[in-house]
Amino acid sequence: MSRNLSLAYLITLALISATALAYEVLLMRLFSIIQWHHFAYMIISLALLGYGISGTFLALNKDWLTRHFPVAILSNMVLLAVSLPVCFLVVQQIPFNPAEILWDPAQLGYLFASYITLALPFFFAASIIGLSFYYFKQHVTSIYAADLLGAGIGSIGIIVLLYLFFPENIFTVLILLVSLAAGIFILATISKHETSSWVWASIFSLIIVTACLLLPNVNSLLISPYKSQSQYLTIPTTKIIEQHSSPLGLISVIESKNTPLRNAPGLSIRADVVIPEQLAVFSDADHLSAITQFETNNKISYLDQTTSALPYHLKAMNKVLILGAGTGSDVLQARFHNGRQIDAVEQNPQIIKLIKKNYADFAGDLYSKPNVNLFNKEIRAFISGSDSTYDLVNLSLMDSFGNSSAGLYSMAENYLYTTQAVQQYLQHLTADGYLSLTRWIKLPPRDMPKIMATVIQVLTNNGITKPAQHIMVIRNWQTSTLLVKNSEITAKEIELLKQFCTQRNFDLVYYPGISETETNQFHIMKQPYLFQSISELLSPQSDEFIKNYKFNIQPSTDDKPYFAQFLKWKTLPEMVSLIDSGGLFLLESGYLILIVSLLQAILASVLLIAIPLWLWKKKLVGESKINKQGLSYFFCLGLAFLFVEIAFIQRFILILHHPIFAITTVLCTFLISAGLGSYFSKRLANHSLNRLTIFWPIAALTVLCIAYILGFEWISHVILQQGDISRYVLSVLLIAPLGFCMGMPFPLGLMQLSRTMPEMIPWAWGVNGCASVISAILAVIIAMEFGFSGLITAAVLLYCFSVMLFPTQMR
Amino acid sequence: MIKKSAFLIALLLLFCSTSLAEQDYQQQRDHLVQRIKDNVALNNDYLLSEHIDARVLDVIRFVPRHEFVPQKYRKHAYKNRPLPIGFGQTISQPVIVAIMTDLLQLKQKNHVLEIGTGSGYQAAVLARLVDKVYSIEIVEELFERSSRDLKRLGFDNVATRSGDGYFGWPEQAPFDRIIVTAANSHIPPSLIKQLKPGGRMVLPVGGKFLLQHLVLVIKDVEGNVTTQQLLPVKFVPLTGQH
Repeated sequence: MSRNLSLAYLITLALISATALAYEVLLMRLFSIIQWHHFAYMIISLALLGYGISGTFLALNKDWLTRHFPVAILSNMVLLAVSLPVCFLVVQQIPFNPAEILWDPAQLGYLFASYITLALPFFFAASIIGLSFYYFKQHVTSIYAADLLGAGIGSIGIIVLLYLFFPENIFTVLILLVSLAAGIFILATISKHETSSWVWASIFSLIIVTACLLLPNVNSLLISPYKSQSQYLTIPTTKIIEQHSSPLGLISVIESKNTPLRNAPGLSIRADVVIPEQLAVFSDADHLSAITQFETNNKISYLDQTTSALPYHLKAMNKVLILGAGTGSDVLQARFHNGRQIDAVEQNPQIIKLIKKNYADFAGDLYSKPNVNLFNKEIRAFISGSDSTYDLVNLSLMDSFGNSSAGLYSMAENYLYTTQAVQQYLQHLTADGYLSLTRWIKLPPRDMPKIMATVIQVLTNNGITKPAQHIMVIRNWQTSTLLVKNSEITAKEIELLKQFCTQRNFDLVYYPGISETETNQFHIMKQPYLFQSISELLSPQSDEFIKNYKFNIQPSTDDKPYFAQFLKWKTLPEMVSLIDSGGLFLLESGYLILIVSLLQAILASVLLIAIPLWLWKKKLVGESKINKQGLSYFFCLGLAFLFVEIAFIQRFILILHHPIFAITTVLCTFLISAGLGSYFSKRLANHSLNRLTIFWPIAALTVLCIAYILGFEWISHVILQQGDISRYVLSVLLIAPLGFCMGMPFPLGLMQLSRTMPEMIPWAWGVNGCASVISAILAVIIAMEFGFSGLITAAVLLYCFSVMLFPTQMR
Repeated sequence: MIKKSAFLIALLLLFCSTSLAEQDYQQQRDHLVQRIKDNVALNNDYLLSEHIDARVLDVIRFVPRHEFVPQKYRKHAYKNRPLPIGFGQTISQPVIVAIMTDLLQLKQKNHVLEIGTGSGYQAAVLARLVDKVYSIEIVEELFERSSRDLKRLGFDNVATRSGDGYFGWPEQAPFDRIIVTAANSHIPPSLIKQLKPGGRMVLPVGGKFLLQHLVLVIKDVEGNVTTQQLLPVKFVPLTGQH
């Protein structure tokens, strides 16, 4: 039976798809605030889980549901509208604490409960789309187009919404979108046939009123009490005085009347100074930085008592570049030391506005001083597009200590400490200029040995035969600063270095010609680990040392930008054996949470997608045998598609400057281009289908992938120099051809099944769903271990393998 | 008569169950101390001596940790793990409490300043080893709860105060020992000043559930200050010749 598909219904579907995708991105934002950012890929996985479960559910109940089509669609819309905020409210009540996951097995249960609960709205959205495919069988391509177009609009729309509203208030907008979809559906479909339309209209009116009046009062964010903002707010007379939200983050300015903030990381133990009044600024309820009251230079003398002040004592600085200027303490430090021209780079315009406008008086008009030039740009973009040279390029403490020490950011992409980044920083130094890198001290040392290895590798790549002559390192008990020059370090500089350290009880770690006895004097470690590390890294046995070191200190690259990933699998047994005696800190909890997420994705997809299919096998395929080869084809496609998608999301963080922009742009482009590819694949399917039919799209995507692997460094360098609009246009143009090819193998496989063994179609959906749920997380693990190239290579191999698995035989 | 007998039996049962519970807690504490000893014997690299001072272990055997833990976590009170106490704070892992206390090398006559009372457990441990403990807590609710618990359990030589610990406790300064359990971006200069020559200060570095390492600040008799950065476990990151 052929059913008429109206434009109104297509708009309804597009609105539902837009809501689902916006909800996915919104969840990532919300989890970055209430927990930590490492749940982003888990959220992609749980969205796919919702779609996967829905596929199985529809396969088992499609006859009944198509008979009750309008009621089924409207019921799902009601459930979607209600579940959007309710599931999030429920998850906020689950006492999940990622920091406790290694102590308390119950946390695994909480994580799993959160995972399943948040998948529910996706289940309802997917059921609306999936049921439409069954109901309007003759209009599959139109429905697919509406679905993808809606998702594309949703991914752009959520960015706009995140600029306009606080994240928790966006739920109301999403509920209004679902209600609008329902209104269109009722007007176009039901009112002609049913008298119950007023009942549905009343239900949605009630939902709208509740969403507008009640929701803003109950849907406040319950931020983890272990985040630094929550802890700061427990201090009496401390309150949030200003908050701003954007896709880049939630910025909170906090004032404490009786207990002022005193943020002076790495202050010398000999410093006898008073820290001026400060306001705390938290980004996503973490990442503490301070707006310091600036009146006169003598009130900020504490900035001369930190390890990062070293370069200013070696020579007069005419031109200083501060990367990641934030709330301005490094700029203040440069001013204190009479930097003549200070260029400061900060990505977040809201942070800039705080210093330049809202607290300009308090901050002494720091960013409006005649010798301070502020650039609202991402660091790598600025460096790629600038041809200025500086006496000092400074990059200090770009992450908060708590997160750094807990390993919570081990899976975060960081393009600031890669070999390519350091190479660019060095290119922007004057002949005798310094690159200054300051990091928190971690024990056993991890960060600094990795920075040292990176710098030495870059110097060697630049043709410097004696990198040992170009490096100086100092530390105190909390921070460590490394200086590197393109020219050799002079005897005068060494003398000034020693003087600086002696006056502040800072330890010498390295300078050309240092002896071990000079190290480890004031802040004594069991062994002079940092000195030993750099000595080994400068020796011919450097590779051997990196290989044998118990943490991963291999320099990170743009291909594998996981600077904070220090875990080595071979050290894991030793670390695990020390857990009971207080050695838990040795483990990188962020990475381990990723492994736990993968296990739960496997469990959930098998339990909720595969097992139901297996249990009701007879209902679906009767007495027919399961075609394992055909199913393997769809499994491989599920893995490969997400591998490519995740690889591009990670790689485009560099080009588009922030995970949220990368996720939305890459997802949107892949969705639309794959949809077009799917539409085009109909033409290939006019004749009989065989392996050759899918060979061509897979050959084309293989060629594209190889080109990207080989040329990405050059591509990203070129794109980073472009303006904002060009960067986005070029990104879309790069991704779209690949997405177009990737959109073909799946529908071609489905068409083949529909001709030869239609009873296998639900299985194909189910198996593909399982693979996708797992793939979203597995991809991140592969990228961390083998890099972007490794992940793309794995995807290409899977695609090539799928050519052989294409279901050509009749059973 | 029957009523009286029933009442007496109920009272007896109640008494028995309380004393059985106490006995059970004592057994758990003994077991915990044994685990701490075993761990330290395996990982004694951090110590300046071979073993944890027997007095410290005796005190851990004595102080009822479960009394400082919220009701719902009491069953875990004698596990060697940190536990939440509310307000984003934790009660430290027992082995870390033992190590930090041991690093202070306490003498009976010492006056000790604690910054960050938290649950009050660390103050209770200190109170059994020295004459006087001064403890400051900034979170009002934690201050009230820990002060009440310390008083209820008879730790009368602990003086508590609500407020900012950044400037120490000038009225009672100088101190022989200082323990800073609340993290800061730096060691406050005022605390270094309030430490007597020959004094020691300990502070943990890291997150609430993941302590990274311990910093021992030593002020020698001439007033020179150095620190030692100590891992609580035996773990050498460098292999081969090192």
